[in-house]
Amino acid sequence: MAQSIQSHSAPDLRPAGLRGVAADFSSDQRAFKTASWGKAMMWIFLLSDTFVFGCFLLAYMTARMSTPVAWPNPSEVFALHIGGQDVPLILIAIMTFVLISSSGTMAMAVNFGYRKERARTAALMLVTALLGATFVGMQAFEWTKLISEGVRPWENPWGAAQFGSTFFMITGFHGTHVTIGVIFLLIVARKVWRGDFDEERRGFFTSRKGHYEAVEIMGLYWHFVDLVWVFIFAFFYLW
Amino acid sequence: MSETTAHIQAPTQAHSGQQHPIRLYLLVWGLLFVLSAFSYMVDYVGIQGYARWSLILLFMMLKAGLIVAVFMHMAWERLALVYAILLPPVLVLVFTALMVSEADYTILTRLAFFDTAP
Repeated sequence: MAQSIQSHSAPDLRPAGLRGVAADFSSDQRAFKTASWGKAMMWIFLLSDTFVFGCFLLAYMTARMSTPVAWPNPSEVFALHIGGQDVPLILIAIMTFVLISSSGTMAMAVNFGYRKERARTAALMLVTALLGATFVGMQAFEWTKLISEGVRPWENPWGAAQFGSTFFMITGFHGTHVTIGVIFLLIVARKVWRGDFDEERRGFFTSRKGHYEAVEIMGLYWHFVDLVWVFIFAFFYLW
Repeated sequence: MSETTAHIQAPTQAHSGQQHPIRLYLLVWGLLFVLSAFSYMVDYVGIQGYARWSLILLFMMLKAGLIVAVFMHMAWERLALVYAILLPPVLVLVFTALMVSEADYTILTRLAFFDTAP
């Protein structure tokens, strides 16, 4: 712990730029000087998750490029009939705004956490969880609508059969991530509310002292879920 | 203003952590909203072809950059972590190139042997 305090209070003494990268990696100590092991491990997990989603999107690209049958037009498939006319992609657009807003509230929660404003942090995390749950609810609505229209992993009424399988796999895996994130948020929000990070209460599993950094690590996961949606929105819905 | 007070307080706390003005987060939040609206407008207006794809990619990269740099605090981490996390995903582009050539081969084979018009 003494080591981490030292590195937190005197980061300016370390070399910057590429020289700094070489110095950090060759220091015969921990390589990530300003990130705790918890934060570094979350980043490495997110890196591995990046490859999972990257492979899914690549599989989708390969399927879409290699089918001789026309790909269903997502703009029409995901249109909603509102006020007597079809509005293209409107549900997906609202889902995007909901998820971005949840990322905004999460970033504020991290900020208030480091200011040790317990009540505000917990409240903002609950708002984030609520927005996340709204997103999953809208996704459930979208799935129900598409399934009732006859979309299956092996067929759909509009074109290439691979549309259904890639849609269910990519959005399903992302929705699972959001759901896990909501549960994770509620657990950390409860700890914040109870004051675990103020009195450095030890975790039940790791027995390590609690810090507000847990909120930031939680935030990294949540922002990543938002980040993945940015790519899904661009490649699957807009392309 | 709030950042300066945060820095003065920092030595008294065991973990100073990432402290930035709320205004910055609100600004990024607003930018993400605007960029999302722009990428939705690309579809709503009905831009097609290369203009569509480049606009989608542009807004996507800007949004991803803002989220990683500011919301995930990558802009304030040391370069060792930045490179360790952000460079490996670049290799996905190599995989993409491989799969593009593979998909091209597959569709040519399908068209040649099954004779289904695209």
